[in-house]
Amino acid sequence: MRERAMVPEPEFESYYGKQIIKTPTWKTPDVPIYLFVGGMAGASALLAEGAARSGRPGLEGVARGAAAGGAVVGTVALIHDLGRPERFLNMLRVLKVTSPLSVGSFILAPFAGLSVAAFASHVSGRVPRIGRLAGLGAAAFGPPLTTYTAALLCNTAVPAWHEGHQEMPFLFAGSGATAAGGLAMVLTPAAENGPARRMAIAGAGLELAAAQRLKHRLGMVAEPYEIGRPGLLMRTARAMTAASAVVSLVAGRNRAVSVVAGTSYVAASLITRFGVFEAGLTSARDPKYTVIPQRERLERRRAEREHEDARPAR
Amino acid sequence: MSNSLHGRLDDVQQDAGYDQHPPRMGFFTDTSVCIGCKACEVACKEWNDVPEDGMSLSGMSYDNTQALGASTWRHVAFVEKPLHPTTTDLGLPGMGAPGWDSHENGPASAAVTLPASEDQGAESGDSGVRWLMSSDVCKHCTHAACLDVCPTGSLFRTEYGTVVVQPDICNGCGYCVPACPYGVIDVRKEDGRAFKCTLCYDRLKTGDTPACAKACPTESIQYGELDELRARADKRVDELHEKGLDVARLYGRDPEDGVGGDGAFFLLLDEPEVYGLPPDPVVTTRDLGSIWAHVGAAAGALLAIGAASFVGRRR
Repeated sequence: MRERAMVPEPEFESYYGKQIIKTPTWKTPDVPIYLFVGGMAGASALLAEGAARSGRPGLEGVARGAAAGGAVVGTVALIHDLGRPERFLNMLRVLKVTSPLSVGSFILAPFAGLSVAAFASHVSGRVPRIGRLAGLGAAAFGPPLTTYTAALLCNTAVPAWHEGHQEMPFLFAGSGATAAGGLAMVLTPAAENGPARRMAIAGAGLELAAAQRLKHRLGMVAEPYEIGRPGLLMRTARAMTAASAVVSLVAGRNRAVSVVAGTSYVAASLITRFGVFEAGLTSARDPKYTVIPQRERLERRRAEREHEDARPAR
Repeated sequence: MSNSLHGRLDDVQQDAGYDQHPPRMGFFTDTSVCIGCKACEVACKEWNDVPEDGMSLSGMSYDNTQALGASTWRHVAFVEKPLHPTTTDLGLPGMGAPGWDSHENGPASAAVTLPASEDQGAESGDSGVRWLMSSDVCKHCTHAACLDVCPTGSLFRTEYGTVVVQPDICNGCGYCVPACPYGVIDVRKEDGRAFKCTLCYDRLKTGDTPACAKACPTESIQYGELDELRARADKRVDELHEKGLDVARLYGRDPEDGVGGDGAFFLLLDEPEVYGLPPDPVVTTRDLGSIWAHVGAAAGALLAIGAASFVGRRR
């Protein structure tokens, strides 16, 4: 007798195997890059504010540069992704809480202005008080900038994204922290990079825990994060993040080690964003991720109804 | 300002800010009388000046249109399944069909023997093939995800309760595309903006019937006040059940479903996914509160990580 799989692939019907929801038209690499730089910039603004308060000018300069640079690159990537880039200002035409992209535009716009102002003031030494105030503002907008992008992906009908909405914001917060911490580890002298190292380690822990929970809670809907190209990207990023965390925990004060671990953190964060993005595309393209969970939901409701109906008879 | 994000909503226009408005208008597509003529597809293209959407042979029965999209606002699906003939009179004029031994020539994937109770599609005589034809269209949801996520306000709710894109405002961000639980709206590549069925907003303004419904020769596509259409659909389904066609069911009719009911709903003769429709669609913004709560908590966690990174040792 031949061996049979313990859990058979659930059967489902489809229309000639065609996908039901549309594949997101967001472009690669524009959107994954935006997710990455947005997260890096947001967490860097926090790092910069801490550095300014604790008297670490070297770290402050690097983090302010990362926040401002990330905001500029992110804005360009976002505008480039539009079908009608010349109409990018229409993003600020209304404010809608039901649209994370609308809310995000109202986070990104002030963040970009404030972080660029803070960086310019820090570099030029002009209007230091206004510069510090702008930095504080950027630090306030930083965390929401880092995590709102999770809402951007999750507030869609794409199963792998939508169903992961409890974990994705934490995954993105962790990923942003590792990117910001990692970049500062590479560019800051060892005497000042302790906070960057600690931020990256904590971020790695948060990111890995969130990814683990997402995988277990979602079941078959999380499959796109495990298989094919997105699966490879996610596994690679996970291994790099974990290795960087271990190395920086053990020997992070060594300058050379710090540079290597920091680079690996940053690369892993970028790869994670590509992995999450592409897993969503896979999830949209295969009708089984749309049909099977919805079928199960219907069956569950039917069973509950029957259970309800059966009760008064007893 | 729209307030309600999910659940039953009896006055969708008022919820969208119209104090005085005409009744909610919609489509009832009775697929049991669809003959697959595609007049709706053609009429829609003609009236709305929708560009060509690819000329190719798909191999999917007579369906070379394949799916709804930016340049396809009506799509006729063709499902063919071999079966044992048990003819049900649907009240349509019939004619002899060519003999076709489904067990030898039928598509391999569909060579499944269905239980007798399922053998109830619109059958073509004694050919042994069950034909399902259905003209799909934008559902004009009560809770429309495309409209909710549109950051520019380009998508809006009309006074008729329908959902329409304003092309002069759309900046092609594409958010509506993955938001739609039915996969209706899409971005037209060469143009950059998103397009979908408008339920012929311009024709409605002058009291006309939308082009597809006007062109439909069998009244498979019925246009009218949504309340009236729902009553008519209920009657039609009862009628079919009485005739023994117990596979007939309404799709998108229930105001309590995941999108609060569709403005364009259907009578189907099989499970929705057989026609390429999601079996239990839910508007993504139903979970908006939870999404923002988690985003906020995660931002708080990041802030805590940032603060904690500076606590303790000097280096």
